[in-house]
Amino acid sequence: MINLNFKNYLLRHLQVMLFTLGRIWRQPLASLMTFMVIGIALALPASLYVLLKNIEQVSTQWDDVAQISLFLKQDINDQKAQKLATELKAWPEITNVSYQSASKSLEEFRKLSGLDSLLDTLPTNPLPAVVIVQPDGKNLQADVIGDLVSRLEALPDVELAQLDMEWLQRLRSINETGQRGISILGLLLSLSVLLVIGNTIRLAILNQQSEIRVIKLVGGTNTFIRRPFLYTGFWYGTLGGFVAWITLLITMGLINGPINELASQYNSQFTLTWLSGSMMLFLPFTGMLLGVMGAWLAVGRHLSAIEPT
Amino acid sequence: MIKFTDVYKRYTNQYEALSGLSFELMDGEMAFLTGHSGAGKSTLLKLIALIERASHGQVLVNNQNLTRLPPRKIPYYRRQIGLVFQDHNLLHDRTVFDNVALPLVIAGENHREIGRRVRAALDKVGLLNKERNLPIALSGGEQQRVGIARAVVNRPPVLLADEPTGNLDPDLSRDIMHLFEQFNQVGVTVFIATHDLDLIKTMPYRQVILHKGRLSQQTEHSI
Repeated sequence: MINLNFKNYLLRHLQVMLFTLGRIWRQPLASLMTFMVIGIALALPASLYVLLKNIEQVSTQWDDVAQISLFLKQDINDQKAQKLATELKAWPEITNVSYQSASKSLEEFRKLSGLDSLLDTLPTNPLPAVVIVQPDGKNLQADVIGDLVSRLEALPDVELAQLDMEWLQRLRSINETGQRGISILGLLLSLSVLLVIGNTIRLAILNQQSEIRVIKLVGGTNTFIRRPFLYTGFWYGTLGGFVAWITLLITMGLINGPINELASQYNSQFTLTWLSGSMMLFLPFTGMLLGVMGAWLAVGRHLSAIEPT
Repeated sequence: MIKFTDVYKRYTNQYEALSGLSFELMDGEMAFLTGHSGAGKSTLLKLIALIERASHGQVLVNNQNLTRLPPRKIPYYRRQIGLVFQDHNLLHDRTVFDNVALPLVIAGENHREIGRRVRAALDKVGLLNKERNLPIALSGGEQQRVGIARAVVNRPPVLLADEPTGNLDPDLSRDIMHLFEQFNQVGVTVFIATHDLDLIKTMPYRQVILHKGRLSQQTEHSI
Protein backbone atom coordinates (compact mmCIF):
# COMPACT_ATOMS: atom_id res chain seq x y z
CA MET A 1 0.00 0.00 0.00
CA ILE A 2 2.77 2.42 0.99
CA ASN A 3 4.66 1.30 -2.06
CA LEU A 4 1.66 2.10 -4.24
CA ASN A 5 1.26 5.53 -2.63
CA PHE A 6 4.90 6.27 -3.26
CA LYS A 7 4.52 5.24 -6.87
CA ASN A 8 1.51 7.56 -7.16
CA TYR A 9 3.54 10.34 -5.60
CA LEU A 10 6.39 9.93 -8.06
CA LEU A 11 3.96 9.66 -10.93
CA ARG A 12 2.31 12.94 -9.93
CA HIS A 13 5.66 14.66 -9.76
CA LEU A 14 6.55 13.35 -13.19
CA GLN A 15 3.21 14.59 -14.52
CA VAL A 16 3.74 18.07 -13.09
CA MET A 17 7.27 18.09 -14.46
CA LEU A 18 6.12 17.31 -17.98
CA PHE A 19 3.10 19.59 -17.69
CA THR A 20 5.26 22.59 -16.76
CA LEU A 21 7.75 21.76 -19.51
CA GLY A 22 4.82 21.76 -21.93
CA ARG A 23 3.74 25.18 -20.67
CA ILE A 24 7.23 26.56 -21.22
CA TRP A 25 7.33 24.98 -24.66
CA ARG A 26 4.07 26.66 -25.66
CA GLN A 27 5.63 30.10 -25.14
CA PRO A 28 8.86 29.55 -27.04
CA LEU A 29 9.93 33.16 -27.52
CA ALA A 30 9.38 34.38 -23.97
CA SER A 31 10.97 31.22 -22.58
CA LEU A 32 13.96 31.48 -24.86
CA MET A 33 14.56 35.04 -23.70
CA THR A 34 14.49 33.94 -20.09
CA PHE A 35 16.90 31.09 -20.86
CA MET A 36 19.26 33.54 -22.58
CA VAL A 37 19.27 35.96 -19.65
CA ILE A 38 20.01 33.13 -17.22
CA GLY A 39 22.54 31.59 -19.60
CA ILE A 40 24.54 34.76 -20.12
CA ALA A 41 24.50 35.61 -16.43
CA LEU A 42 25.90 32.16 -15.60
CA ALA A 43 28.31 31.99 -18.55
CA LEU A 44 30.17 35.18 -17.63
CA PRO A 45 31.65 34.03 -14.30
CA ALA A 46 32.07 30.52 -15.72
CA SER A 47 34.23 31.70 -18.64
CA LEU A 48 36.36 33.85 -16.34
CA TYR A 49 36.76 30.86 -14.07
CA VAL A 50 37.90 28.67 -16.95
CA LEU A 51 40.45 31.29 -18.04
CA LEU A 52 41.75 31.60 -14.50
CA LYS A 53 42.05 27.83 -14.21
CA ASN A 54 44.17 27.90 -17.34
CA ILE A 55 46.46 30.59 -15.97
CA GLU A 56 46.80 28.55 -12.81
CA GLN A 57 47.70 25.52 -14.85
CA VAL A 58 50.39 27.46 -16.71
CA SER A 59 51.89 28.69 -13.47
CA THR A 60 52.05 25.18 -12.00
CA GLN A 61 53.88 24.05 -15.14
CA TRP A 62 56.48 26.67 -14.35
CA ASP A 63 56.97 25.40 -10.85
CA ASP A 64 59.40 22.85 -12.24
CA VAL A 65 61.84 25.54 -13.23
CA ALA A 66 61.75 27.32 -9.89
CA GLN A 67 65.25 27.30 -8.45
CA ILE A 68 67.04 28.62 -5.41
CA SER A 69 70.49 30.14 -5.73
CA LEU A 70 72.69 29.79 -2.64
CA PHE A 71 75.48 32.35 -2.65
CA LEU A 72 78.17 30.95 -0.39
CA LYS A 73 80.36 32.93 1.98
CA GLN A 74 83.67 34.13 0.55
CA ASP A 75 85.81 31.94 2.81
CA ILE A 76 84.21 28.70 1.71
CA ASN A 77 86.59 26.69 -0.45
CA ASP A 78 85.67 24.43 -3.33
CA GLN A 79 85.95 21.25 -1.30
CA LYS A 80 83.65 22.48 1.42
CA ALA A 81 81.17 23.75 -1.16
CA GLN A 82 81.11 20.42 -2.99
CA LYS A 83 80.42 18.69 0.31
CA LEU A 84 77.52 21.02 1.01
CA ALA A 85 76.09 20.29 -2.44
CA THR A 86 76.18 16.56 -1.83
CA GLU A 87 74.54 17.00 1.56
CA LEU A 88 71.76 19.07 0.13
CA LYS A 89 71.02 16.47 -2.51
CA ALA A 90 69.88 14.14 0.26
CA TRP A 91 67.14 16.54 1.42
CA PRO A 92 63.70 15.22 0.52
CA GLU A 93 62.43 18.58 -0.71
CA ILE A 94 65.26 18.94 -3.18
CA THR A 95 65.37 17.20 -6.51
CA ASN A 96 68.62 18.47 -7.95
CA VAL A 97 71.71 20.38 -6.89
CA SER A 98 74.49 21.83 -9.02
CA TYR A 99 77.61 23.66 -7.93
CA GLN A 100 79.34 26.52 -9.64
CA SER A 101 82.68 27.64 -8.23
CA ALA A 102 83.59 31.29 -7.78
CA SER A 103 86.23 31.13 -10.50
CA LYS A 104 83.76 29.61 -12.91
CA SER A 105 81.29 32.34 -12.11
CA LEU A 106 83.95 34.91 -12.79
CA GLU A 107 84.80 33.28 -16.09
CA GLU A 108 81.15 33.26 -17.08
CA PHE A 109 80.73 36.86 -16.07
CA ARG A 110 83.84 37.81 -18.00
CA LYS A 111 82.47 36.16 -21.09
CA LEU A 112 79.02 37.72 -20.81
CA SER A 113 79.96 41.19 -19.71
CA GLY A 114 83.10 41.83 -21.78
CA LEU A 115 84.65 43.74 -18.88
CA ASP A 116 87.96 41.84 -19.15
CA SER A 117 90.31 44.72 -18.40
CA LEU A 118 88.27 46.00 -15.50
CA LEU A 119 88.03 42.58 -13.87
CA ASP A 120 91.81 42.14 -14.21
CA THR A 121 92.34 45.14 -12.00
CA LEU A 122 90.49 43.56 -9.07
CA PRO A 123 92.74 42.08 -6.42
CA THR A 124 90.46 39.12 -5.65
CA ASN A 125 87.50 37.42 -7.23
CA PRO A 126 84.47 39.35 -5.92
CA LEU A 127 82.00 36.70 -7.01
CA PRO A 128 80.86 34.04 -4.57
CA ALA A 129 80.57 30.37 -5.29
CA VAL A 130 76.99 29.37 -6.04
CA VAL A 131 75.01 26.22 -5.29
CA ILE A 132 71.85 26.01 -7.39
CA VAL A 133 69.09 24.05 -5.75
CA GLN A 134 65.98 22.79 -7.52
CA PRO A 135 63.16 22.24 -5.08
CA ASP A 136 60.52 19.60 -5.73
CA GLY A 137 58.14 22.23 -7.01
CA LYS A 138 55.43 19.84 -8.15
CA ASN A 139 54.81 18.45 -4.70
CA LEU A 140 55.51 21.50 -2.61
CA GLN A 141 53.28 24.44 -1.76
CA ALA A 142 54.61 27.95 -2.17
CA ASP A 143 54.92 28.45 1.59
CA VAL A 144 56.88 25.21 1.98
CA ILE A 145 59.30 26.45 -0.65
CA GLY A 146 59.54 29.74 1.23
CA ASP A 147 60.29 27.77 4.35
CA LEU A 148 62.96 25.83 2.51
CA VAL A 149 64.57 29.07 1.36
CA SER A 150 64.86 30.38 4.92
CA ARG A 151 66.25 27.06 6.15
CA LEU A 152 68.87 27.13 3.42
CA GLU A 153 69.76 30.69 4.27
CA ALA A 154 70.29 29.70 7.89
CA LEU A 155 73.04 27.24 6.91
CA PRO A 156 76.42 28.48 8.21
CA ASP A 157 78.10 28.35 4.79
CA VAL A 158 75.42 30.30 3.00
CA GLU A 159 75.52 34.05 2.69
CA LEU A 160 72.28 34.48 0.79
CA ALA A 161 69.54 32.22 -0.59
CA GLN A 162 67.47 33.64 -3.38
CA LEU A 163 64.33 32.21 -4.93
CA ASP A 164 64.49 33.07 -8.60
CA MET A 165 60.76 32.76 -9.19
CA GLU A 166 59.36 35.48 -7.01
CA TRP A 167 57.41 36.78 -9.98
CA LEU A 168 55.65 33.42 -10.05
CA GLN A 169 54.38 34.09 -6.57
CA ARG A 170 53.21 37.47 -7.70
CA LEU A 171 51.35 35.83 -10.55
CA ARG A 172 49.78 33.49 -8.04
CA SER A 173 48.71 36.41 -5.90
CA ILE A 174 47.18 38.09 -8.91
CA ASN A 175 45.47 34.82 -9.70
CA GLU A 176 44.10 34.60 -6.19
CA THR A 177 42.84 38.15 -6.39
CA GLY A 178 41.20 37.27 -9.69
CA GLN A 179 39.58 34.24 -8.15
CA ARG A 180 38.17 36.28 -5.31
CA GLY A 181 36.84 38.79 -7.84
CA ILE A 182 35.21 36.04 -9.87
CA SER A 183 33.62 34.58 -6.76
CA ILE A 184 32.05 37.94 -5.99
CA LEU A 185 30.98 38.41 -9.60
CA GLY A 186 29.57 34.88 -9.65
CA LEU A 187 27.67 35.52 -6.46
CA LEU A 188 26.17 38.76 -7.76
CA LEU A 189 25.22 37.23 -11.09
CA SER A 190 23.73 34.20 -9.32
CA LEU A 191 21.65 36.62 -7.30
CA SER A 192 20.48 38.24 -10.52
CA VAL A 193 19.52 34.80 -11.89
CA LEU A 194 17.57 34.22 -8.69
CA LEU A 195 15.74 37.49 -9.17
CA VAL A 196 15.08 36.89 -12.88
CA ILE A 197 13.55 33.50 -12.17
CA GLY A 198 11.69 34.85 -9.16
CA ASN A 199 10.20 37.58 -11.29
CA THR A 200 9.26 35.19 -14.10
CA ILE A 201 7.51 32.96 -11.59
CA ARG A 202 5.79 35.97 -10.04
CA LEU A 203 4.33 36.86 -13.43
CA ALA A 204 3.25 33.26 -13.94
CA ILE A 205 1.50 33.32 -10.56
CA LEU A 206 -0.29 36.54 -11.40
CA ASN A 207 -1.35 35.04 -14.74
CA GLN A 208 -2.81 32.04 -13.00
CA GLN A 209 -4.52 33.78 -10.12
CA SER A 210 -7.97 32.53 -11.05
CA GLU A 211 -6.66 29.00 -11.44
CA ILE A 212 -4.99 29.15 -8.04
CA ARG A 213 -8.27 30.35 -6.51
CA VAL A 214 -10.19 27.46 -8.05
CA ILE A 215 -7.61 24.94 -6.82
CA LYS A 216 -7.85 26.39 -3.33
CA LEU A 217 -11.64 26.17 -3.48
CA VAL A 218 -11.61 22.48 -4.28
CA GLY A 219 -9.18 21.72 -1.48
CA GLY A 220 -5.71 22.15 -2.98
CA THR A 221 -2.98 22.55 -0.37
CA ASN A 222 -0.23 25.14 -0.72
CA THR A 223 2.18 22.31 -1.44
CA PHE A 224 0.05 21.23 -4.37
CA ILE A 225 -0.23 24.77 -5.72
CA ARG A 226 3.47 25.46 -5.21
CA ARG A 227 4.63 22.35 -7.05
CA PRO A 228 4.12 23.41 -10.69
CA PHE A 229 5.79 26.76 -10.03
CA LEU A 230 8.79 25.08 -8.44
CA TYR A 231 9.09 22.81 -11.46
CA THR A 232 8.81 25.84 -13.75
CA GLY A 233 11.74 27.36 -11.86
CA PHE A 234 13.54 24.03 -12.14
CA TRP A 235 13.18 24.02 -15.93
CA TYR A 236 14.14 27.67 -16.39
CA GLY A 237 17.24 27.20 -14.25
CA THR A 238 18.35 23.89 -15.75
CA LEU A 239 17.78 24.87 -19.37
CA GLY A 240 19.29 28.31 -18.70
CA GLY A 241 22.33 26.45 -17.34
CA PHE A 242 22.59 24.53 -20.62
CA VAL A 243 22.45 27.80 -22.54
CA ALA A 244 25.27 29.03 -20.29
CA TRP A 245 27.30 25.94 -21.15
CA ILE A 246 26.81 26.46 -24.87
CA THR A 247 27.72 30.14 -24.50
CA LEU A 248 30.87 29.08 -22.66
CA LEU A 249 31.85 26.66 -25.40
CA ILE A 250 31.35 29.32 -28.08
CA THR A 251 33.40 31.85 -26.07
CA MET A 252 36.22 29.37 -25.58
CA GLY A 253 36.10 28.44 -29.23
CA LEU A 254 36.54 32.08 -30.20
CA ILE A 255 39.43 32.59 -27.76
CA ASN A 256 41.20 29.34 -28.62
CA GLY A 257 42.76 30.56 -31.89
CA PRO A 258 44.48 33.69 -30.54
CA ILE A 259 45.66 31.82 -27.44
CA ASN A 260 47.28 29.10 -29.48
CA GLU A 261 49.05 31.76 -31.52
CA LEU A 262 50.26 33.47 -28.38
CA ALA A 263 51.46 30.17 -26.95
CA SER A 264 53.40 29.31 -30.11
CA GLN A 265 55.19 32.65 -29.92
CA TYR A 266 56.45 31.67 -26.48
CA ASN A 267 57.41 28.20 -27.72
CA SER A 268 54.88 26.84 -25.28
CA GLN A 269 52.99 23.60 -25.57
CA PHE A 270 50.08 25.30 -23.85
CA THR A 271 46.55 24.47 -24.98
CA LEU A 272 43.35 25.84 -23.55
CA THR A 273 41.61 23.56 -21.08
CA TRP A 274 37.87 23.88 -21.70
CA LEU A 275 36.53 22.14 -18.61
CA SER A 276 33.56 21.36 -20.84
CA GLY A 277 32.75 18.10 -19.06
CA SER A 278 32.59 19.39 -15.51
CA MET A 279 30.93 22.63 -16.64
CA MET A 280 28.25 20.65 -18.44
CA LEU A 281 27.30 19.22 -15.07
CA PHE A 282 28.04 22.27 -12.96
CA LEU A 283 26.19 24.98 -14.91
CA PRO A 284 22.80 23.25 -15.28
CA PHE A 285 23.02 22.07 -11.68
CA THR A 286 23.73 25.59 -10.42
CA GLY A 287 20.95 26.87 -12.66
CA MET A 288 18.57 24.27 -11.27
CA LEU A 289 19.34 25.21 -7.65
CA LEU A 290 18.92 28.91 -8.38
CA GLY A 291 15.73 28.23 -10.33
CA VAL A 292 14.06 26.24 -7.60
CA MET A 293 15.18 28.74 -4.96
CA GLY A 294 13.96 31.72 -6.97
CA ALA A 295 10.62 30.02 -7.57
CA TRP A 296 10.33 29.13 -3.91
CA LEU A 297 10.90 32.74 -2.87
CA ALA A 298 8.36 34.05 -5.40
CA VAL A 299 5.71 31.48 -4.55
CA GLY A 300 6.13 31.91 -0.81
CA ARG A 301 5.78 35.63 -1.20
CA HIS A 302 2.71 35.69 -3.46
CA LEU A 303 0.76 32.51 -2.86
CA SER A 304 -0.70 33.43 0.49
CA ALA A 305 -1.99 36.69 -0.99
CA ILE A 306 -4.26 34.81 -3.38
CA GLU A 307 -7.33 33.55 -1.55
CA PRO A 308 -10.76 32.78 -2.95
CA THR A 309 -13.32 35.52 -2.42
CA MET B 1 -24.79 18.42 9.47
CA ILE B 2 -24.61 22.23 9.29
CA LYS B 3 -25.33 24.17 12.45
CA PHE B 4 -25.12 27.96 12.92
CA THR B 5 -25.36 29.30 16.48
CA ASP B 6 -25.73 33.07 16.93
CA VAL B 7 -23.42 33.84 14.01
CA TYR B 8 -22.37 37.37 13.14
CA LYS B 9 -20.29 38.42 10.19
CA ARG B 10 -18.99 41.96 10.21
CA TYR B 11 -16.75 43.30 7.45
CA THR B 12 -14.05 45.80 8.25
CA ASN B 13 -16.12 48.73 7.01
CA GLN B 14 -18.65 48.15 9.81
CA TYR B 15 -21.07 46.56 7.40
CA GLU B 16 -22.83 43.68 9.11
CA ALA B 17 -23.62 40.96 6.60
CA LEU B 18 -25.06 38.47 9.09
CA SER B 19 -26.54 39.22 12.50
CA GLY B 20 -27.33 36.65 15.15
CA LEU B 21 -28.03 33.85 12.73
CA SER B 22 -28.98 30.42 14.06
CA PHE B 23 -30.29 27.49 12.09
CA GLU B 24 -29.56 23.85 11.48
CA LEU B 25 -29.52 21.54 8.49
CA MET B 26 -29.90 17.82 9.17
CA ASP B 27 -27.67 15.15 7.73
CA GLY B 28 -29.00 14.20 4.29
CA GLU B 29 -31.37 17.17 4.12
CA MET B 30 -31.88 19.34 1.07
CA ALA B 31 -32.77 23.01 1.60
CA PHE B 32 -32.87 26.32 -0.23
CA LEU B 33 -31.39 29.58 0.96
CA THR B 34 -33.33 32.58 -0.29
CA GLY B 35 -33.66 36.29 0.32
CA HIS B 36 -33.21 39.59 -1.49
CA SER B 37 -29.89 40.59 -3.03
CA GLY B 38 -27.48 41.55 -0.29
CA ALA B 39 -29.43 39.63 2.35
CA GLY B 40 -26.29 37.67 3.16
CA LYS B 41 -26.82 34.44 1.18
CA SER B 42 -23.34 34.39 -0.34
CA THR B 43 -21.74 35.35 2.96
CA LEU B 44 -23.50 32.45 4.65
CA LEU B 45 -22.21 29.98 2.07
CA LYS B 46 -18.72 31.47 2.33
CA LEU B 47 -18.76 30.81 6.06
CA ILE B 48 -19.60 27.15 5.42
CA ALA B 49 -16.87 26.84 2.77
CA LEU B 50 -14.43 28.69 5.08
CA ILE B 51 -13.79 31.33 2.45
CA GLU B 52 -14.73 33.72 5.26
CA ARG B 53 -14.69 33.30 9.01
CA ALA B 54 -17.50 34.31 11.36
CA SER B 55 -16.87 37.42 13.49
CA HIS B 56 -18.85 35.90 16.32
CA GLY B 57 -20.79 32.72 17.00
CA GLN B 58 -20.23 29.12 16.10
CA VAL B 59 -20.41 27.28 12.79
CA LEU B 60 -20.40 23.48 12.96
CA VAL B 61 -20.15 21.44 9.77
CA ASN B 62 -19.93 17.67 9.79
CA ASN B 63 -19.05 17.80 13.51
CA GLN B 64 -16.15 20.19 12.95
CA ASN B 65 -16.05 23.56 14.65
CA LEU B 66 -15.02 25.91 11.86
CA THR B 67 -14.14 28.76 14.20
CA ARG B 68 -11.34 26.64 15.60
CA LEU B 69 -10.04 25.09 12.37
CA PRO B 70 -6.42 26.21 11.74
CA PRO B 71 -5.63 27.56 8.24
CA ARG B 72 -3.42 24.63 7.27
CA LYS B 73 -6.39 22.29 7.72
CA ILE B 74 -8.71 24.33 5.51
CA PRO B 75 -7.78 22.48 2.25
CA TYR B 76 -8.61 19.11 3.81
CA TYR B 77 -11.86 20.48 5.21
CA ARG B 78 -12.87 21.86 1.80
CA ARG B 79 -12.51 18.40 0.27
CA GLN B 80 -15.62 17.44 2.25
CA ILE B 81 -17.63 20.25 0.68
CA GLY B 82 -18.72 20.25 -2.96
CA LEU B 83 -19.01 23.81 -4.26
CA VAL B 84 -21.06 24.93 -7.25
CA PHE B 85 -20.88 28.54 -8.42
CA GLN B 86 -23.03 30.76 -10.61
CA ASP B 87 -20.06 31.47 -12.90
CA HIS B 88 -18.86 27.83 -12.82
CA ASN B 89 -15.20 28.65 -11.94
CA LEU B 90 -13.86 26.19 -14.52
CA LEU B 91 -10.26 26.19 -15.74
CA HIS B 92 -10.51 27.25 -19.35
CA ASP B 93 -7.20 25.85 -20.54
CA ARG B 94 -8.05 22.29 -19.44
CA THR B 95 -10.45 19.78 -20.85
CA VAL B 96 -13.76 18.86 -19.25
CA PHE B 97 -12.15 15.64 -18.03
CA ASP B 98 -9.23 17.48 -16.40
CA ASN B 99 -11.56 20.00 -14.77
CA VAL B 100 -13.67 17.30 -13.18
CA ALA B 101 -10.55 15.32 -12.23
CA LEU B 102 -9.02 18.26 -10.35
CA PRO B 103 -10.32 17.42 -6.83
CA LEU B 104 -9.16 13.81 -7.25
CA VAL B 105 -5.74 14.85 -8.53
CA ILE B 106 -5.41 17.17 -5.53
CA ALA B 107 -6.39 14.35 -3.19
CA GLY B 108 -3.72 12.17 -4.79
CA GLU B 109 -5.96 9.46 -6.21
CA ASN B 110 -4.36 7.00 -8.55
CA HIS B 111 -4.75 7.23 -12.27
CA ARG B 112 -7.20 4.42 -12.81
CA GLU B 113 -9.48 5.51 -9.97
CA ILE B 114 -9.50 9.07 -11.33
CA GLY B 115 -10.59 7.87 -14.78
CA ARG B 116 -13.31 5.69 -13.33
CA ARG B 117 -14.77 8.32 -11.00
CA VAL B 118 -14.56 11.21 -13.47
CA ARG B 119 -16.46 9.18 -16.07
CA ALA B 120 -19.04 8.18 -13.47
CA ALA B 121 -19.56 11.85 -12.54
CA LEU B 122 -19.73 12.98 -16.16
CA ASP B 123 -22.17 10.17 -16.91
CA LYS B 124 -24.34 11.35 -14.03
CA VAL B 125 -24.57 14.89 -15.44
CA GLY B 126 -24.95 13.58 -19.01
CA LEU B 127 -21.69 14.87 -20.46
CA LEU B 128 -19.74 11.67 -20.94
CA ASN B 129 -19.31 12.39 -24.64
CA LYS B 130 -17.81 15.85 -23.97
CA GLU B 131 -14.87 14.82 -21.81
CA ARG B 132 -12.27 15.88 -24.40
CA ASN B 133 -13.81 19.31 -24.99
CA LEU B 134 -12.61 22.58 -23.54
CA PRO B 135 -15.21 24.34 -21.36
CA ILE B 136 -15.41 27.21 -23.83
CA ALA B 137 -16.90 24.84 -26.41
CA LEU B 138 -19.86 24.05 -24.12
CA SER B 139 -23.13 25.89 -23.55
CA GLY B 140 -23.84 27.66 -20.25
CA GLY B 141 -25.98 24.80 -18.98
CA GLU B 142 -23.33 22.26 -19.91
CA GLN B 143 -20.61 24.28 -18.21
CA GLN B 144 -22.73 24.36 -15.08
CA ARG B 145 -23.09 20.59 -15.22
CA VAL B 146 -19.30 20.25 -15.52
CA GLY B 147 -19.10 22.38 -12.38
CA ILE B 148 -21.54 20.07 -10.62
CA ALA B 149 -19.63 16.98 -11.76
CA ARG B 150 -16.46 18.51 -10.31
CA ALA B 151 -18.27 19.28 -7.03
CA VAL B 152 -19.49 15.70 -6.55
CA VAL B 153 -16.62 13.70 -8.05
CA ASN B 154 -14.93 13.04 -4.72
CA ARG B 155 -18.28 12.23 -3.07
CA PRO B 156 -18.44 14.99 -0.47
CA PRO B 157 -21.09 14.68 2.26
CA VAL B 158 -22.13 18.33 1.72
CA LEU B 159 -22.97 20.07 -1.55
CA LEU B 160 -23.26 23.87 -1.60
CA ALA B 161 -24.49 25.86 -4.59
CA ASP B 162 -24.54 29.64 -4.99
CA GLU B 163 -27.14 30.68 -7.60
CA PRO B 164 -26.45 27.62 -9.75
CA THR B 165 -29.30 28.48 -12.13
CA GLY B 166 -28.68 32.22 -12.17
CA ASN B 167 -27.75 32.37 -15.84
CA LEU B 168 -29.95 29.58 -17.16
CA ASP B 169 -33.39 29.48 -18.75
CA PRO B 170 -36.27 27.80 -16.82
CA ASP B 171 -36.00 24.39 -18.54
CA LEU B 172 -32.27 24.11 -17.95
CA SER B 173 -32.74 25.36 -14.39
CA ARG B 174 -35.23 22.59 -13.72
CA ASP B 175 -32.76 20.01 -15.08
CA ILE B 176 -30.03 21.33 -12.81
CA MET B 177 -32.28 21.29 -9.74
CA HIS B 178 -33.32 17.78 -10.60
CA LEU B 179 -29.67 16.82 -10.67
CA PHE B 180 -29.23 18.20 -7.15
CA GLU B 181 -32.25 16.19 -6.01
CA GLN B 182 -30.63 13.04 -7.32
CA PHE B 183 -27.50 13.66 -5.27
CA ASN B 184 -29.66 14.36 -2.24
CA GLN B 185 -31.43 11.05 -2.74
CA VAL B 186 -28.15 9.18 -2.32
CA GLY B 187 -27.56 10.89 1.03
CA VAL B 188 -25.72 14.12 0.23
CA THR B 189 -26.72 17.18 2.28
CA VAL B 190 -27.58 19.84 -0.30
CA PHE B 191 -27.86 23.56 0.39
CA ILE B 192 -28.68 25.87 -2.53
CA ALA B 193 -28.72 29.67 -2.48
CA THR B 194 -31.15 30.92 -5.13
CA HIS B 195 -33.64 33.64 -5.92
CA ASP B 196 -35.47 31.50 -8.45
CA LEU B 197 -38.59 31.43 -6.27
CA ASP B 198 -40.93 30.23 -9.02
CA LEU B 199 -38.83 27.15 -9.49
CA ILE B 200 -38.33 26.19 -5.86
CA LYS B 201 -41.92 26.66 -4.76
CA THR B 202 -42.74 23.61 -6.86
CA MET B 203 -40.18 21.58 -4.91
CA PRO B 204 -40.81 19.94 -1.52
CA TYR B 205 -37.85 21.33 0.42
CA ARG B 206 -37.33 23.66 3.33
CA GLN B 207 -36.39 27.28 2.68
CA VAL B 208 -34.08 29.28 4.88
CA ILE B 209 -35.04 32.89 4.19
CA LEU B 210 -32.68 35.77 5.04
CA HIS B 211 -33.62 39.40 5.38
CA LYS B 212 -30.89 41.99 5.95
CA GLY B 213 -28.59 39.42 7.44
CA ARG B 214 -31.13 37.98 9.82
CA LEU B 215 -33.19 34.84 9.66
CA SER B 216 -36.56 36.04 8.43
CA GLN B 217 -38.39 32.74 8.45
CA GLN B 218 -37.95 29.06 7.82
CA THR B 219 -40.59 27.26 5.89
CA GLU B 220 -41.35 23.64 6.44
CA HIS B 221 -41.55 21.43 3.39
CA SER B 222 -43.58 23.68 1.15
CA ILE B 223 -45.69 20.98 -0.44
